[in-house]
Amino acid sequence: MPGLMAIFRKELADHFASKRFIILSLLIYLAGIATIYVAAQNIRSGMTETTQFIFLRLFIVSGETLPFSFPLFLSIFIPIVGIALGFDTINSERTSGNLSRLLSQPLYRDSVINGKFLAGLFTLAILVVSIVAIVAGLGLRMIGVPPSAEEVLRLLAFILVSIIYGAFWMALAVLFSVFFKRTATSALASIALWIFLFLFMSMIARAIAGAAVPIDQNSSLDLIVRNDEVYRTISRISPNTLYGEAVQVLLMPELGNPSATLMIVSIAAAGMIPGPLSLGQSLLVIWPQLTSLIALTALCFAISYIRFMREEIRST
Amino acid sequence: MNQQGIIETRELTKAYGGFVAVDHLSLHIDEGEVFGFLGPNGAGKTTTILMLLGLTEPTSGVARVCGCDPAREPLKVKRIVGYLPEKVGFYEDLTARDNLDYTAALNNLSREEAARKIGELLDTVGLSEVADQRVGEFSHGMKQRLGVADVMIKDPRVAFFDEPTAGIDPEGINQVLSLITSMAKRKVTVVLSSHQLHQVQKVCTRVGILAKGCLVAEGSVDQLGREAIGGGKLRIEVKVSQPTSNLIRSVENIKGVTSVESTGDLLLVTCDEDLRPQVARAIVDSDSLLVQMKIEEYGLEEIYMKYFRET
Repeated sequence: MPGLMAIFRKELADHFASKRFIILSLLIYLAGIATIYVAAQNIRSGMTETTQFIFLRLFIVSGETLPFSFPLFLSIFIPIVGIALGFDTINSERTSGNLSRLLSQPLYRDSVINGKFLAGLFTLAILVVSIVAIVAGLGLRMIGVPPSAEEVLRLLAFILVSIIYGAFWMALAVLFSVFFKRTATSALASIALWIFLFLFMSMIARAIAGAAVPIDQNSSLDLIVRNDEVYRTISRISPNTLYGEAVQVLLMPELGNPSATLMIVSIAAAGMIPGPLSLGQSLLVIWPQLTSLIALTALCFAISYIRFMREEIRST
Repeated sequence: MNQQGIIETRELTKAYGGFVAVDHLSLHIDEGEVFGFLGPNGAGKTTTILMLLGLTEPTSGVARVCGCDPAREPLKVKRIVGYLPEKVGFYEDLTARDNLDYTAALNNLSREEAARKIGELLDTVGLSEVADQRVGEFSHGMKQRLGVADVMIKDPRVAFFDEPTAGIDPEGINQVLSLITSMAKRKVTVVLSSHQLHQVQKVCTRVGILAKGCLVAEGSVDQLGREAIGGGKLRIEVKVSQPTSNLIRSVENIKGVTSVESTGDLLLVTCDEDLRPQVARAIVDSDSLLVQMKIEEYGLEEIYMKYFRET
């Protein structure tokens, strides 16, 4: 596509030279190092002789001083990074008067969105890969247990899922940057949606599930499972839930399929402890979550395209 | 108009809901012309340019730039067309050179070619001393000149300038206008829109006057002036020492003179062509003394006022 590479290169250079990038990376490195420090201190708690995936435990253990595990912290920060890299994609070009000049050059309009999105995605990927690498490296030094081959593969899958999750938030921010003329509005709209999905979605899902399948202390297990199913289905609208489930399967394979958590609890209560999912099974289990995230990203893209292609580009 | 112009529109229309911004505009611009779009704000000048660039779609009608439809083949058109928008913006954090470099990259120029051209162009527009300063520090006039360089970097066949002189000081205006004239000398077709008449008058070979989306007049400044004021005629103002009825009669008898009005020692001669020598001889022959004689020049001001009073 004509112009795509030129736009990609310029945007990437802009990202790396920007104060925004420095602030984001400082924030993410600081938080990552804090979580790994706490995890290394607390990793012995709750470990038994049969514990598998000791290295992965580095990523999921949290302590009292910092009740955030690494994936939880990523699920909060990745949206912020995605939004920060995407919220002014189109409207900043418009307000600065560059858009009409840019679009009178021989390139297709979608090259502008694509080039900018790819540059943002590349930046995001660098941040995610580097933070996971730093955390893994520090962890290796602190606990001295090398990761197994499967653990490495699971971490790679974890990185990929995290990047896709970030891509969704960036695509959403790009969408808002096409719709809203002012950068402040698009930033605020993205943040508002993030807060809504993060804080209120599970509350709303809980309420709807309670209304659809009412349960109390005396309800049968069957009813409780059905209530839980409704709750899960609704909360999966939120990409945070999708990401959380995928990460859980990848990093805590012993918990099994998140869709069947209650069943596992009941089986475990009966004295049967299920073995951890194999890597292949884990990937199979998170496949729907992954495709949903990708589909949501594609949807944001499609809407941005349709809106942007037909738009009249005025300089004033 | 039998030959295909470089820019051609037929019945070009753009409506926003009920409001018609450009109303069945038919236009023909030949290669190498400097065409001025005149009209008050909101007359449809910018909208017409946007349609010719493919930045907005016409509601109906046809637009052709070098034989291509800007809405269907935007890339073909944009390769040969340069555009300086009304409120041009640059990446403020980048230097002038980097900004031009980006445009060059978007136009697929090789690194060496781009570097050479950018050096030349910065020289031409007089910005080579500030080439490595951030554009954020530039004045409006400097940005406008950088905009001209930005248009020239792709060697366009057609260049559109939307209000190129708005909001800059007289010296800046002269610089921008002389750059535009130098482009025209290189056989680039220039279309510029403005509501500042004197500047258009200085550089344009032909003007079109737009009012409420319609082209109300079209032609060279001179030709439009005659139509506007004299109904296609010229007027000569003659001052003589003592006008006599004999003199008036003999001037009236000159072939081509349609009427003579006299007020005091002033004679106002309306004629079909420039008859100053004949009038001068008539005055001398009638023993009057000629004090001064001048042909009325038609400024765009008069033309403009006439057309906008009418619409």
